[in-house]
Amino acid sequence: MKITLAGEKKEYEEGLTVAGLIALQQVETPEYVTVSVNDKFIQGGTFAETVLEDGDVVEFLYFMGGGR
Amino acid sequence: MAIRLKQADFDAMAAHARSGLPNEACGLIAGKIENGTAVVEKIYLLSNPDQSPEHFSIDPAEQLCAVRDMRKAGLTPLGNFHSHPSTPSRPSAEDIRLAHDPKAKYLILSLAGEAPVLNAFEIVDGTVAQQLLEIV
Repeated sequence: MKITLAGEKKEYEEGLTVAGLIALQQVETPEYVTVSVNDKFIQGGTFAETVLEDGDVVEFLYFMGGGR
Repeated sequence: MAIRLKQADFDAMAAHARSGLPNEACGLIAGKIENGTAVVEKIYLLSNPDQSPEHFSIDPAEQLCAVRDMRKAGLTPLGNFHSHPSTPSRPSAEDIRLAHDPKAKYLILSLAGEAPVLNAFEIVDGTVAQQLLEIV
């Protein structure tokens, strides 16, 4: 199936989950990643059960924050 | 890595920070790497969902819009900026702890004095390195 990740269309195996995609991309700090699929934000605790589908558009957004 | 910022963008950042008082203000910077210099071509003035004088975070929905705009414009995400309403222009312990991107430039604008002060940093594995900032 084809998934668009960060604007680039790539081929992945059927059944891939958001957690699987994060692992495939070797994200170093997955605990600080927010994921959107087709412009909907995925709840952090549901990455492993969220199965991606052909044509999905996925974005990884890295937490940015701080304080004084 | 040196960072080049337009005077107009510096002024816009400072105005954004002042308009957000007493809270911290924040945003993103994007541009290109040219001859070893990070050239800021566009700044994104974003809201601070924390609505706090001591904390900020970038709203993911606004971040998503900004990232897509950068991509469309052929710009590279360079980092972020935030204000310190009453403390100096240097990364706080929390800024350092939450700096997860070793490639990002972290710009901190202090409003503690009469004139705004902006400094740029890279933060890698908890180590802060101030970068040369040119405002042109």
